[in-house]
Amino acid sequence: MVDGHNGPILELKGVSKHFGAVKALVNVDFEVRAGEVMALVGDNGAGKSTLVKGIAGIYPYDEGEIIFEGRPVSIHGPADTADLGIEIVYQDLALADNLDVVANMFLGREEIRVPFRLNESVMEKRTRETLHSLSVTTLRSVRQAVAGLSGGQRQAVAVAKAVMWNSKVVILDEPTAALGVAQTRQVLDLVTRLADRGLAVVIISHNLHDIFEVAHRITVLRLGQRVALYEAAQSNQQEVVEAITAGTIETVPGMAK
Amino acid sequence: MTTPPGLEDRPLEPMTEVSNPTVREYLDEYWTRVKAGDLGSLPIIGGLIVVAIIFATQSPVFLSAANFVNLTRQTGALVIIAIGVVFVLLIAEIDLSVGFVSAVVGVSMTLLLRESGPDWAWWFVIPLVLSLGAAIGFLQGFIVTKADVPSFVVTLAGFLGWSGVVLILTTEFTDSGTILIQDNVVIGIANAFLTDFWGWVLAIVAVASFAGLQMARRLARSRAGLPVKPILIIILQVAALGAVAAFVVAVANSDRGVPMVALLVLFLLVFWSFIASRTRFGRHIYAIGGNPEAARRAGINVDRVRIAVFMICSFMAGVGGIVLASRLRSVDPAAGGGNLLLNAIAAAVIGGTSLFGGRGKVVSALLGAVVIASLDNGLGLIPNLPSGVKFVVTALVLLAAVLVDSFSRRAQRASGIA
Ligand SMILES: Nc1ncnc2c1ncn2[C@@H]1O[C@H](COP(=O)(O)OP(=O)(O)O)[C@@H](O)[C@H]1O
Ligand SMILES: [Mg+2]
Repeated sequence: MVDGHNGPILELKGVSKHFGAVKALVNVDFEVRAGEVMALVGDNGAGKSTLVKGIAGIYPYDEGEIIFEGRPVSIHGPADTADLGIEIVYQDLALADNLDVVANMFLGREEIRVPFRLNESVMEKRTRETLHSLSVTTLRSVRQAVAGLSGGQRQAVAVAKAVMWNSKVVILDEPTAALGVAQTRQVLDLVTRLADRGLAVVIISHNLHDIFEVAHRITVLRLGQRVALYEAAQSNQQEVVEAITAGTIETVPGMAK
Repeated sequence: MTTPPGLEDRPLEPMTEVSNPTVREYLDEYWTRVKAGDLGSLPIIGGLIVVAIIFATQSPVFLSAANFVNLTRQTGALVIIAIGVVFVLLIAEIDLSVGFVSAVVGVSMTLLLRESGPDWAWWFVIPLVLSLGAAIGFLQGFIVTKADVPSFVVTLAGFLGWSGVVLILTTEFTDSGTILIQDNVVIGIANAFLTDFWGWVLAIVAVASFAGLQMARRLARSRAGLPVKPILIIILQVAALGAVAAFVVAVANSDRGVPMVALLVLFLLVFWSFIASRTRFGRHIYAIGGNPEAARRAGINVDRVRIAVFMICSFMAGVGGIVLASRLRSVDPAAGGGNLLLNAIAAAVIGGTSLFGGRGKVVSALLGAVVIASLDNGLGLIPNLPSGVKFVVTALVLLAAVLVDSFSRRAQRASGIA
């Protein structure tokens, strides 16, 4: 997983994205290393979700390069992203309410028994094992539809879905926004554990307290531009808040003219 | 089994939930779900029993063996068309063209079979016209997905256009407009009966397959260390199915026998249920109905699945059209019109398929069609009843079904059990 080179495992170079007249991303650089938790912060509408959706292959970037493990890659759809070993937990979770937990965990990657029958018992077993290893014990049944789950349970299912696959990069878009204290704790613990095992973790959050607890570095977006990049250990909440609300492109280290 | 990365350091404690439920726990669990609004087929089966009792008391003919067999034959085409409608509803779309698409296929078949005309063999004509049905579905589905036009509009255009095609085909190629079917195999589809012996064979094979499948699934689950259904429940289910199958075959055999079309319907129900609930393609259909964005992000080719669903719908409409033509032994310019479209959609909805997408089963086509046909048939048997009553009653049942769907959805949300 950590294959000798110490460069970023995932790197974006000069990516831009327009929605009509709206410039959601303007020439943004971004990177995350294996074993690191990279926080991505910014005000509402700063372009965080758009950045993630570009990596996900949902809204391909208009311009710019995606470099994975040192090689330029082209991502045309969500399947490409999954093939690279990048898993994304979306802000809206993207779960199908009418399907049960098992079906959601394996959506798009169902286990098949030859010739083409779903292998339900294998999928159910892996679902149980994964949820169990994440200490998700509040689910009544893995065969219940997601519609009936609480916000925290839904988040747990979405995170479990992302880590069940042998991923190298896990991206979490506001994973704790809808959670109570105890469940936030669990997700943050999980984030730290994933990084300790050598995964690259990108976490988007508005809660700077949480971020300083788990992140190694912090990327700040403002109005679609990267306005700051901090080492968490050498920064503080106040500095980050200033960058979020008033940062300019000149403040990015190495980017000033 | 791969452990998720980052979690290997945590010992896997034995999973506590794996203990198998007792019969009592199993039934409690079922009852909890019902109370929470997951009614499944309960309302419709209850409704059917009520309908049967009412008509049985009103007319001795209703529960007679002859009427039962007639009912089965009349319902066949409707069930088949409604199966296709279930699929379209599952992806939260609609197909208003099924009535006339069924007629286009039925009329094309009849024309191609004409002894005066091309006089082609049935085994060549039937696959050919069914492909025509699928092609119509492809065309409509392609426009819906690629041009992003609501299926309501596209298939409304189909409704008008294919009705015109039916009119042209029946009137331009004949003098009278009515074309008779002379091929005995095609007539047999809806008019032949299984002998008593083969009726029993069918019942035994059906029940044995069900039992075999249940046991195979139980074995696979217990091998994987998953909780399994109590064996007593399986025995009871098999016994119940066996009793129903035996009753149906006994009643049918006391009249003309099990209609051939019942065999066809049974095969189609099993086949499409399998596709919907046991294959990856079927899983993706439900996902698209539940959350198309989630399906897209999961890497599912949403457009392709949607086009395939429209093809299934038109294909099944075609099969229904062939059965209808066979039953009437002819086609005419009125084919595919009347209440066929509305009944097919109503059947799917009354049977429990949600108009909002993602919820429903293939078997709801059967349940709903049986309700509609029973009302039609039963109300027809009551003397001096104005014929308009039939429509009013069917409308009320449809409304009730939609309300049950809506309320059970709400109950499921509120209870946190879905
Ligand atoms: N699908 C879209 N169509 C049009 N505009 C969009 C779309 N997605 C995002 N935007 C716009 O792009 C900008 C960045 O949005 P987003 O990435 O969601 O911000 P964030 O996640 O940082 O709150 C916003 O101005 C938003 O309105
Ligand atoms: Mg966002």
